[in-house]
Order: sequence, then structure tokens, then C-alpha cells
Amino acid sequence: MTQSAPILSPEEKRRRMIIATMRKNGYAPDALIETLHTVQNAYGYLDRAELRFVASELHLPQSLVYGVATFYHAFTLKPEGRHRCILCQGTACYIKGSQAILQAVTKAYQVTPGETTEDGEISLLTARCLGSCSLAPAAILDEEVVGNLTPECTLATLKGWAK
Amino acid sequence: MTLQSLIPDDLPRVAAAEQAAAAEREYTIHVCMAAGCLSQHSDQVKQRLEQQLQASGREHCCVKGVGCMGLCSAGPLVSVRPAGTLYRAVTPDDAPEIIENLGVAPVERLVCPTNRPFFTQQTKIVLANSGEIDPERLEECLAAGGYQQLAHALTQLTPVQVIEQVTRSGLRGRGGAGYPTGLKWSTVAKAGGNQKYVICNADEGDPGAFMDRSVLESDPHRVLEGMAIAAYAIGANEGYIYIRAEYPLAIKRLQTAIRQAERAQLLGRSILGTSFHFHIHLRLGAGAYVCGEETALIASIEGKRGQPRPRPPYPAESGLWRSPTLINNVETFANIAPIIGCGPEWFASIGTERSKGTKVFALAGKIANTGLIEVPMGTPLRQIINEIGEGIPGGQRCKAVQTGGPSGGCIPAEYLDTPVDYESLGALGSIMGSGGMIVIDERSCMVDVARFFMEFSMSESCGKCVPCRVGTAEMHELLARIGQGRATLADLELLQELCETVKYTSLCGLGQAAPNPVLSTLRYFKDEYLAHITNHVCPAGQCQFEEAELLAIEEQGVQL
Repeated sequence: MTQSAPILSPEEKRRRMIIATMRKNGYAPDALIETLHTVQNAYGYLDRAELRFVASELHLPQSLVYGVATFYHAFTLKPEGRHRCILCQGTACYIKGSQAILQAVTKAYQVTPGETTEDGEISLLTARCLGSCSLAPAAILDEEVVGNLTPECTLATLKGWAK
Repeated sequence: MTLQSLIPDDLPRVAAAEQAAAAEREYTIHVCMAAGCLSQHSDQVKQRLEQQLQASGREHCCVKGVGCMGLCSAGPLVSVRPAGTLYRAVTPDDAPEIIENLGVAPVERLVCPTNRPFFTQQTKIVLANSGEIDPERLEECLAAGGYQQLAHALTQLTPVQVIEQVTRSGLRGRGGAGYPTGLKWSTVAKAGGNQKYVICNADEGDPGAFMDRSVLESDPHRVLEGMAIAAYAIGANEGYIYIRAEYPLAIKRLQTAIRQAERAQLLGRSILGTSFHFHIHLRLGAGAYVCGEETALIASIEGKRGQPRPRPPYPAESGLWRSPTLINNVETFANIAPIIGCGPEWFASIGTERSKGTKVFALAGKIANTGLIEVPMGTPLRQIINEIGEGIPGGQRCKAVQTGGPSGGCIPAEYLDTPVDYESLGALGSIMGSGGMIVIDERSCMVDVARFFMEFSMSESCGKCVPCRVGTAEMHELLARIGQGRATLADLELLQELCETVKYTSLCGLGQAAPNPVLSTLRYFKDEYLAHITNHVCPAGQCQFEEAELLAIEEQGVQL
């Protein structure tokens, strides 16, 4: 092992990303939400230790940081599963039967929205509206917007993930 | 070529150069690169078209990614210019045929006729450049006349004259409430203090609404120009765009547009060589519907929880960091440049007595043509649904039209002749809202629709004031009970009473408007509520009644 090579651990890389965001915003307290977005992008969720770090760097009370982190739906304090299934629950999707899809997934995988399956494979989430109303009912399955869904084809996609 | 440090005289020159380049092209193939078509892989279509075009060796032709063409349900859309042939549902494999047929004959099986009302009955002001220009190229925006109104305002008009023109145009806020834009601008302009802010509200939270997203994805410079003109008029030199994090493509295009405009000196310091400075910053939302409310939005920009505060003081006097702040919606800013360019009288000649101009609507739900449309204010709902939208698919009948999202209401089919303007929709118990228009057919239960919206308001309530926090939860519980056939007539009375209480005592617009979907369905579809309560049937056949509960009711001797 060479001592001089600055090989960054994943941990340090993430930390650098977070510091970069705060620096870009001049460590101003109003950069909190921007910084939390970066933390979430780096970890996939808001890591508690990082929340404490952000609080001290931005000179904000931890309670305030925790308050903001839990207020906004985009932030989550729990690590997510390997796959993400975000079902749109907007009006257009609702009118076109999104509830049946949600029920089918909850029943098949025994998870409620916001939860991850016990094996850590699939996180089920709901969205207020993806803005893809012309594709209703729509969902984001592993970062890809898919539309005109039925309970059957949604379950088939999720089954495909298990392989 | 990158555009740098422009002065007003450069704009016509750059525009002319770009137009001349476009005129030299024999064919230009427009491919929609807005979110709707992209999620149906229009990027792959574009790539294949480019490859095929190159392979064919044809000169003076190009493939161009453009913004939303409107008819999202037929995507991915491809339009061949100058003929104007529109192709629908194009797949990458259709590319060779499209290129081979350039200048020969249209590919019949893909043609989407453009002589239909969807295309002929629209008036495009805000969407004028959508589907026409490449949103990621500043040159094309300039060729379409972009930033010329900013140059005109900075060099020919005083701030007072700009405000006076906006006032005379009769433009009203497009975010939903319809407050006169000119009046708002003059209030902020008159407010004291050296530091003022302009905020663009792009936190398009209403489910079923995607107008702002499309405008930002298709023509971001139009919004930036509108904001810069506003900043000049009110005397601000800092601006923020508060945009939903759920719109990654719109965010990316905005970032590109801001960078381009700053480099070309159309934003930033000494705009167009004048003494006017204006910087625009992007702020991402984090998924809270209440942040569409202006005081909550300000709190969120300041990095706090998005909770509203009592007004007055209004943001016009004390807003972002307690400075006078102008907040307008995306579509409002998008209307500014045309008003300055074509004159307030022209704008005021479109629309109705009290609602001027056009409105962009997102058509969705049970309707044949889902997508984005722009019509003059005062267009009857029937024309929008039956002609432009081409009616309900599957031979079903229209039952109601929902406007205004969770803050709006349901307009029953018998009122379809209502002209769409702020006052008419208000009189029916709904609101114009930001422009979401969801068509509901006979198969949807109105009690469940009301419950759906109440569930939304309940979970989006920020929890600061009691009427909203507790009231929405109670109303949701009552609606759920009605839907399950477990409610009594006393429950219905309680529901009505709660609606009034929450409406008149909540702190902000979210709570005040939360009862609207219930009130409007109670007003027009009370028979459906009563059918659930007294007969335990759902006329639309949507609600599932638990058998055990029905048995219990039967045992009590209630006739089914």
C-alpha cells in the first residue's frame, strides 16, 4: 500500500460532493435544501451522520435540519431497495385506474408506499404527479418513465427484477 | 459558434443569420424532445433519423429536436418542414421510410392529419415556439424574436411604461387566482427598499397539470426574458426560479438556457450593454405541494420548511428575506414578451371582457386527445372537450370536467357550454387553476373523486394550522366512510359543516380550497352521495362495499 496515493474511499467521495454544494452556496443557511438534495443523491437517502455534519457546517440547529429533512416528501431517512417502483397517483392516473395497480403491488409484495421489501430488493413509492398525464397510468420503474400500465404488466416487470 | 456579449443591435443580425441558414435547408425534420415523447423513446427516433439522413447523403436537410407539439397521446411526434407533414407514434424503425420519402410522398400509415380541430382551433401565444425551435439553442430562440422585447424595453421604455403596458393588456396571473399582473408589478415597484426580488413559481404541484413543465422544456428563454422585463420594471436585480425536483428535463434545459443567456449578456451584469443587471438562480423544490403557496415558497427558497405565514404583509411588501418580492407563475412570465412586442391592445383583443389573452390547458383523463392546448379565454368547455379533445373514447359519456386540481371542483356535463374564464368557472364552484383539465366519464364515482382529492390535501397539509390539519383528515375519514357504505345522513351533514369551517378558517390557500372538490360534487352529484348512504350502492359501480358490513346493515333491518 502506498501512502501518498490519494485514493478516496466512497465515503470520502460523497463527503466531497456534499462539501462542494455547500461551498458553491457560500455556506449560507439557505443552501440547506440544496445540500440535502446532494446528500440524497450521494447516498440514496439522508444519512443521519451526514445530517449532523451538514448542520454543523451550515451553523444550523440539528432540530431545524431534521425538521426540513422530514418535511419534504423528496427526502427519505431510510436506505432504499435495489430497485425503485414509483407509482404515479396523480388525477389522470387515478381516473385511469392507478389504484388497482397500487393495490396489486402492495398485495403481491406486502409493502405499503414508502417501504422496502424485506429482502431489500424493491422500494415501493408513490408520486403526486409525474406530469406524464398523457401516458396515464404511469410509473417510474428504475428511473424509466413507463406509461399505459395495467396491474398485470406492472407485476410482470417487478417479477423480472428478481432474476 | 457561441454568442457572447451582445448589444441590442446584434439581435436582428444574429436572427437574420439564423433565418438565412434555415431558409437554405430543403427539409427540416422536427422530433419532439419533450418529456412525454421522450419517455416513448423519441431520442432513439431522432438518432435513427440522423443516421439515415447521413447515410442517404442528402444535403440541405437536418434533424432537429424541438419542444412539445401538443398531441402527447400520439407521441413520439415527428414533423417534416416545410411541408408540415405530421407523423404519429413513430418508432426508430420507421426512420428509413421517412427519409426515403422526403420530397416524394408522406408515409401514409404514420400520417397524423393536421386539419383537425386539435390543430386548427388553437391560438398560440405562450406556445408559439413550442415544437418549432430547439430549446437548447439560443440562436433559434433569437431567430424567433427572442430577447428583442427585452432590448426594446431596456432601450425604449421606462419601467413605468412597461408596467403601464402590462396593466393595459389586462393580463391576470396564470397560477390560478387570477390577480391582475400589472397591479402586482406596480405594487412591488412602489415598495421601498434597495433590494427587490423576482420569483418565478414553477412548482407545478397540481396533479394532472403539466403546462409549466412543457413551456420550460420547450421554450425556456421566453420565461427568462419575461422575468428580466419584470425585474427591469420593478427595479430588481436578483431572481429565483423555484422548480419541482420532479422535472429533471425542465431543470436541465433551464440551466442550459441561463448559462447561454449569461454568456450572451442577455442575463447577468450589464445586460445588452446597458446599466441593468439581473441574475437568475435556480432553486429545486423537494416535493411539497404547499410550496406552490407564495409565502411557503419563499420559506422554502430560504432553506426552511415550506410552511405558509399569515398575510399581510404580502410578499409585494415583505417577501424573500423581507424584501419586496414579485412572484408570478411560469405562464404569466411567458406572456410578457408578446405583450411588449405586439402591444397591450392586441393582447386585450383576445379573450373575454375580464379575462384577456389565452390559457394553456393540460388535457388528460378519459379523452381521446390528451396533451397540451392553448385556447383564447372564453372558449366553451364543450368545444375543448368534444372538438379539440375529440370526445371520450370507448363510447362513454362525459360526466364531469375537473379543473383546478385539489383546489378546484368538478363541472358537470350539463354546464359544458360554460366559457372558460376566471369568473365563469368560479361561479360554478370550480376555479381556473393553473390549467389542469381532467375529463371524467360515467365509470368514475364522484364520492371517490372527492375522497381522492381530500386524501391529497390531507397528506399535503403542512400541519401549521388546525382547521386544515385536522379538518382534512376528518373530511377524508367521512368521505371514506360514505364510499364504504358505512355512513349516515348525519355524517353527510357533518361533512358539509366541516367544509365551511375549513374553508373559512384555514391559514392559506391549500386549506381554504381543500373543501372545493367536496362542495362542488355535493352541489352537482348529491344523488350519488345519497345512493351510497341510503341504498348502499355506488351508481358508477366503482366503490366496493365490504360484504361483512352490508350483512351487518342487513341484520339491522335496513332495506338494501
